[in-house]
Amino acid sequence: MTNLVQRVGQVALEALRGLGHNATFFADLVRNVPTALRRPYLVVAQVHAIGNLSLLIIMASGLAVGFVLALQSYYALVTYGASESLGLLVNLSLVRELGPVVTALLFAGRAGTSLTAEIGLMKAGEQLAAMEMMAIDPKSRVLAPRFLGGIMAMPVLAVLFSAVGILGAYVVAVRLIGVDDGNFWSIMQNGVDVWRDVGNGIIKSIMFGVICTFVAVYQGYEAQATPEGVAHATTRTVVISSLSVLATDFVLTALMFTH
Amino acid sequence: MGKKGIETLVGFFVLLGIVGLLFLALKAANLGSFTSSGGTYSVTAKFDNIGGLKVRAPVRSAGVTVGRVASIALDPKTYQGVVRLDMQRSVQFPSDSSARILTSGLLGDQYIGLEAGAEEKVLAAGDVIKQTQSAVVLESLISQFLFNKAADAGSSSPAAPASGGKK
Repeated sequence: MTNLVQRVGQVALEALRGLGHNATFFADLVRNVPTALRRPYLVVAQVHAIGNLSLLIIMASGLAVGFVLALQSYYALVTYGASESLGLLVNLSLVRELGPVVTALLFAGRAGTSLTAEIGLMKAGEQLAAMEMMAIDPKSRVLAPRFLGGIMAMPVLAVLFSAVGILGAYVVAVRLIGVDDGNFWSIMQNGVDVWRDVGNGIIKSIMFGVICTFVAVYQGYEAQATPEGVAHATTRTVVISSLSVLATDFVLTALMFTH
Repeated sequence: MGKKGIETLVGFFVLLGIVGLLFLALKAANLGSFTSSGGTYSVTAKFDNIGGLKVRAPVRSAGVTVGRVASIALDPKTYQGVVRLDMQRSVQFPSDSSARILTSGLLGDQYIGLEAGAEEKVLAAGDVIKQTQSAVVLESLISQFLFNKAADAGSSSPAAPASGGKK
């Protein structure tokens, strides 16, 4: 009995300690952001590694999602004679939800893992320790630029995902199926608000950028300095980022889109 | 790759993002569809029943969008719905114009239809549109129809004892 109670307490304290460790790490990272901004080239290089190189997968996925969304919703909408609202449906789902969320999930898989592996291997190869020996704080030299780069790249990627998706839906709906061109755009423009829909979508993607990059950087920095440790850290990056993105998305949607 | 090359690529990336954002804002949403026409002036209209009218619903005259619903409130004295309309400054309406709440299609959104009157004076900011017609509530229309139908059926069939005896 006492054992059980002790175990519960142990687990609770452990969870709390993990949370505190995360929080202090996050605070450290944020404190190092100004230092990283003083060397903008480091951030630019990371935007390139995280953003530019993710462009292909993000845009291809956006196009595919737009295609499929248009095809599927056409069959549902045409039953109600509302096939012209297809643009609106696709646009709202992309800009509000799918754009930020799918981009974040892909981002965790494409960029998050590479960040974790890179930092984990730096740690395993004792490069981070060597930096500390030279009185260079690895948090400001290595982690903060990556953190900033991720936060900057994510909204751009999400916006491109949505834009390409809408173009994909246009191709399928108007060019292939033959929905009226003017109605497709005008119903969309009437129903989508710049600030409420597009703006909130961008706020979402910035939040997801913070979450995904932070998880990736944290997992890499805290990885055990062995091949298995780096492997585990990479896996955890994907799992934790994806789950926290989905959970945060629910909370943000509830906050943003309910009146 | 040199420092310059990477910076150029990132520049492309950011510019691409801006283009995407402009596309979303201008082509796929409604920014700029309205603000470009040089401001708005607001008038109010009171309705007995606004039905399912929503804020930002269009105000149309002859089918052309000339404004948007800015706000909806309840008048605490008359218990009427007070709708404030933001009208495009480029369009002027006679002061005796009438407003109706209409529905686009059978299941579509509701909007305000504005019909121009004959007065010389035009509506200025802060004016009230006096002639209004409320939204048609489908339920009351159907119940009215059924009631009439039932009354007709009752009067035309003498077999029904209760209503047949009356007429």
